[in-house]
Amino acid sequence: MSAITYLEAIRLAQQRALKEDHSVFIYGQDIGGFGGAFKATKNLAKEFPGRVLDAPISEDAMVGLAIGAAIEGMRPIVEMQFADFSTCGFNQIVNQAATLHYRTGTPCPIVVRLPSGGTPGSGPFHSQSMEAIYAHYPGLVVMTPATVEDAYTMLLEAIALDDPVIFCEHKFLYYHLKADKLPKFPGEELPFGKARITRPGRDATVVAYAAMVHEALAAAEELTHDGYDIEVVDLRTVRPIDTDTILASVARTGRLLAVGEAWPWGGVAAEVIARVATEGFGLLDAPPQRLNAKETPVPYHPALWGTHRPTAPLIANSLRQLLEL
Amino acid sequence: MTKAKAPEPKGSRKKSSEECQAGDVSKEVARRAYRSMLEARLLEEKLAALYRSGKIVGGVFLGRGQEALSVALGVQLRRGDIYAPLIRDQAGRLAFGDTILDTLRTYLGSSLGSMRGRDGNIHRGRPSEGYHAMISHLGAMVSTVCGSLMAKRFRGEKGTVGATCIGEGGTSTGSFHEGINLAAVEKLPLVVVVANNQYSYSTPNDRQFACSDLLSKAAGYGVVGRRAIGNDLIDCLAVIGGAVAAARRDEGPQLVVADLLRLVGHGEHDDASYIPDALKKSPLGRDCLELARQALVDKGWLTLDEASSWQEAVEKEVEETSSKVLREPVPDPTEEDWNAFASLGRSLQQGANQ
Repeated sequence: MSAITYLEAIRLAQQRALKEDHSVFIYGQDIGGFGGAFKATKNLAKEFPGRVLDAPISEDAMVGLAIGAAIEGMRPIVEMQFADFSTCGFNQIVNQAATLHYRTGTPCPIVVRLPSGGTPGSGPFHSQSMEAIYAHYPGLVVMTPATVEDAYTMLLEAIALDDPVIFCEHKFLYYHLKADKLPKFPGEELPFGKARITRPGRDATVVAYAAMVHEALAAAEELTHDGYDIEVVDLRTVRPIDTDTILASVARTGRLLAVGEAWPWGGVAAEVIARVATEGFGLLDAPPQRLNAKETPVPYHPALWGTHRPTAPLIANSLRQLLEL
Repeated sequence: MTKAKAPEPKGSRKKSSEECQAGDVSKEVARRAYRSMLEARLLEEKLAALYRSGKIVGGVFLGRGQEALSVALGVQLRRGDIYAPLIRDQAGRLAFGDTILDTLRTYLGSSLGSMRGRDGNIHRGRPSEGYHAMISHLGAMVSTVCGSLMAKRFRGEKGTVGATCIGEGGTSTGSFHEGINLAAVEKLPLVVVVANNQYSYSTPNDRQFACSDLLSKAAGYGVVGRRAIGNDLIDCLAVIGGAVAAARRDEGPQLVVADLLRLVGHGEHDDASYIPDALKKSPLGRDCLELARQALVDKGWLTLDEASSWQEAVEKEVEETSSKVLREPVPDPTEEDWNAFASLGRSLQQGANQ
């Protein structure tokens, strides 16, 4: 079997969901015959006629339509062409989808797929990481898969969940990551909502998610040359956030670096630190640290972009400083 | 003192003969419509009294003056249809199947109401029964109704109509535009009724839109446009009935625009002093409930005796229901599960702290 990319895993998860559950349909711009801007729905319109539909450029109405269909028992998947454009559907996501079950008792099982994060040359409006904004709202599940296997199984989990799910799939990982095979069933390795200890270690904990997991792993590898053994925790879902696994890791290492590709202000890394500081202060041997993107819009030029977001060398530097505290 | 000239309502025109065919109005539907209008009017008077006496918190938003238009939609929908009423649709809601009891429970925050104190006043519904619960963000419900209609299309159900209402102010939102455009692209059986009540809260139409006729939007979207006389029950029933029937025959989205005047403030906190007296005294300001009663009496479809016995019966029901609901339990914060998720149980929340 040829290697499966992260992007192909997303396509295969949708194919399987369409096949196994007749209440699933996909709605988004250019996703029909064209197969999507990134080809995440390639051939699906042909294979499932009438269930993979092109939408007008109307993010608000796309999400509104999904909500109305979910009320009637469907399980819609909305593809945003880029995570950045989900701001145009923000009202429907946070005010209608997120509140529906609490207000009325009617569940809202929609999945909004957000092609997220930066790639070289994408600039301010095709690079954003929106997870913290959506995680802020009670009622929304926010997933940030970092591996090919998770992209597949977590998307299937997202479709099966009765809550609205913001599925932050990372564009930088679309083609970079490959796996030989996919798990048969979701939850085989880890249940929904559980973080993964991707790399066990004893000297410091890096909590990361999505593309940052791979930068953190490379930084951990680099620090082996300095004689340090770094633990890397992959959050997998940022809401619910698996505080137990984070605290258990910090209990082992005594040191925490939280890394996010998004901006620091009110972000997921800030939330991780807040939780460890309030619930596990006594476990810490040093002040917890965070590393995020620089606080400007995401720049266009690769030279600027490559420095704007945390990378393995920057994470390694932060870790060295943390280990000296 | 010079007599003020009644301002010409903006954003509308007189009816023209070439406009779409209206439906027939039956005695039975007109009587049911009038009954719901009466219920809405008397219930809302009670709501206003409860608000003034401090029993209702937040706000009270009344549909006085808009009952004919509102009821004409609600009464012509049926079980299986989708209905997303808006702020001034008490009459339509009651005609669709909402109750005086649940309205009072929602306004008074009873834990036995459909919203269980989690939301209030006009934000109520039973979405799983096709009765959508509006959010405050205008225009948002248009695409939601479209989605429910899409679900029915996926399941192969035919003959279902989805309907929603909005004010002229709501037509300025992006959501309204996106929703109607989407409905037109998908050729959905959607009816959108625009109540052009001349003021969006306090903002007059000349600060709201610049087109000379809101109905001209229908052509722009590629949907059927129809005009109703907003305070004339029989005309509203005929025009909206025609729209609902056309949608049910799968003739695509229908946009109904009606001129009227709200005979109250935006909410009970608002005295509507910005509405000129001359406009209130113009034909637009005539009370649709009185006009409807007269129209039904003139047609021989209702006697004045019946009208007054209905009034007594409704007043009694409203009073009794209100007394009952005032004795009902309010939500207990210590028993509230404080969980916004449908699928995340307490165990996962405790383990993962959300």
